[in-house]
Amino acid sequence: MIRSTRDFWTGAIYVLIGLSAVLIARDYGMGSAVRMGPAYFPTILGIILMVVGAVALIRSFILPGTPIGAFAIKGLLLVISSIFLFGFIVREAGLLIALPLLVIISALASSQFRWVPTIALAAGLTVFCAFVFIKGLGVPLPLIGPWLGGG
Amino acid sequence: MDLINNITLGFQTALTLANLFYCLIGVFLGTLIGVLPGLGPTATIAMLLPLTFALPPISSLIMLAGIYYGSQYGGSTTSILVNLPGEAASVVTTLDGYQMAKQGRAGVALATSAIGSFFAGTVATFLIAAFGPPLAAIALRFGPAEYFSLMTLGLVASIVLAQGSLLHAFGMVVLGLLLGLVGTDVTSGVQRFTFDTPELADGIGFVTVAMGMFGLGEIIRNLETEAQRSVVVAKITTLMPTREDWKRMIAPILRGTAVGSALGILPGSGSILGAFAAYSIEKKVSRNRAQFGKGAIEGVAAPESANNAGAQTSFIPMLTLGIPSNPVMALMVGAMIIQGIQPGPSVITEQPALFWGIVVSMWIGNLFLLILNLPLIGLWVRMIMIPYRLLYPAILVFCAIGVFSLRNSEFDVYLMALFGILGYVFSKLGCEAAPMLLAFILGPLMEEFLRRAMLLSRGDPLVFVQRPISATLLGIAVLAMTAVLLPSFGKTREVAFKE
Repeated sequence: MIRSTRDFWTGAIYVLIGLSAVLIARDYGMGSAVRMGPAYFPTILGIILMVVGAVALIRSFILPGTPIGAFAIKGLLLVISSIFLFGFIVREAGLLIALPLLVIISALASSQFRWVPTIALAAGLTVFCAFVFIKGLGVPLPLIGPWLGGG
Repeated sequence: MDLINNITLGFQTALTLANLFYCLIGVFLGTLIGVLPGLGPTATIAMLLPLTFALPPISSLIMLAGIYYGSQYGGSTTSILVNLPGEAASVVTTLDGYQMAKQGRAGVALATSAIGSFFAGTVATFLIAAFGPPLAAIALRFGPAEYFSLMTLGLVASIVLAQGSLLHAFGMVVLGLLLGLVGTDVTSGVQRFTFDTPELADGIGFVTVAMGMFGLGEIIRNLETEAQRSVVVAKITTLMPTREDWKRMIAPILRGTAVGSALGILPGSGSILGAFAAYSIEKKVSRNRAQFGKGAIEGVAAPESANNAGAQTSFIPMLTLGIPSNPVMALMVGAMIIQGIQPGPSVITEQPALFWGIVVSMWIGNLFLLILNLPLIGLWVRMIMIPYRLLYPAILVFCAIGVFSLRNSEFDVYLMALFGILGYVFSKLGCEAAPMLLAFILGPLMEEFLRRAMLLSRGDPLVFVQRPISATLLGIAVLAMTAVLLPSFGKTREVAFKE
């Protein structure tokens, strides 16, 4: 039935976002053409996005398209969660903990992962970043954070 | 003559020890990331933007510019030696460059690429110097309606030049515009789309978006297909092209420079389209077209000149009008704003040292690249050997710390991760990220100009077609859209992209 999954999901996402934009912007005040309120431009854009999405949705049933292809789920999950984790713990646990975790967890996504080089990389990067970013550029990140008794 | 005075000022600015140093770092870094697959100028410049807080404005822009056109040099090295394009624009160079390498002519290919790139860089620098001021002078007479139409044209062009579905690209532009509006509305003070999150009150940082969609998204995409790289590095014997080679190089270099310069100015492409177009044109026009794909020197000279010319001329709209024509330029706009410089036509007149310093430093940078690159080839080859599985975690580390350091906020890190997911999903769906980033930067500006234009015209929307310049700009936009929607042209576009 759906002949182009790309068009279908793109259309669905566009309609969803466009609709949300219009609905959320309702509270902002439209103003008039002469004095455009904060809702004016977003509403127009939201409507255009919905139209584009609708066209894509309709087209997805009519014209065949290239298939989406497999998702790199493992890569996606590991990379994104490693970044999230970094953000979550870097101030509380310190760079010395957060950075190696970031390296190791994200490196696990590779099909050619090996422990020894990865740990070496983590160590090297931590030292490098500690010197360049914290000592050198003064980025306010603790090396050891409050969770472990540091500053 | 004014031009001479300006160029002198440029040399005075660019030849200070500090600026020479930053130029050198820029082109070195640029070549390095051009060599490394998976890391591009967009992500790198995004990563270095936080650092430019600390540098003086001219120096930081010189360095960032060097990274961009330097990456075009680096990309060709790997294309020729290892059949792996380090940069998107260097894909075409693999066709003949690697063949030349297999025939033992890797050195000649590299030299050709360097010579062509240097020539193109010189010409492009001259073009910027010659056309920059007149363009800016015209733009100074622009009213809000003209600016709005110009930006619309820019966005339409980025849609037209985007790969993949036009419809999807259109949606991405609108999405980018919407995302740009997140934050506090300057005119009314209303917080839009912030869901009461204080960190969003100033809007979403473009570095965050750029790193997320281009940096993270790219990494995840690369993890899909971890190709086993055949690192069969061709041996380099001689570097000097023969007399026959020289004769064959000249015309393709000239043509490539012309094509690349012209296409580089157009929004949406930068250097990539120029390289592809130059190769296609060269193939049609050359006497030796049968050799294309088998090691024709023209197949290296033309695209390499084009991509360098394109990388530099893409600075023209940004430096003269303040309008970025591709994501890298959008980041440069950001860099200027960080330094407190408002990009626009007045930059040339109010900050002549900045404009001319950058222009001259581009030429100096090309000189550095020509001289330094060939001896350093051994180093680049060793860099290529770095396994991706070690490279990308390092990239992630720099992105994470870099984004955090923008506002000392882990919220930005989370946001970047979110955009990483979005970037990956969109790329799977065939939605190009570049138009979105462009629109993201232009969004609030476009709204502002729309508002002012409507205010001045007392609510009359026809003002956009009544004022001549504005009407012309919109007319070109409409023409571009219709041309691309016509079936015959659409096919040409698809074929061009397939090649």
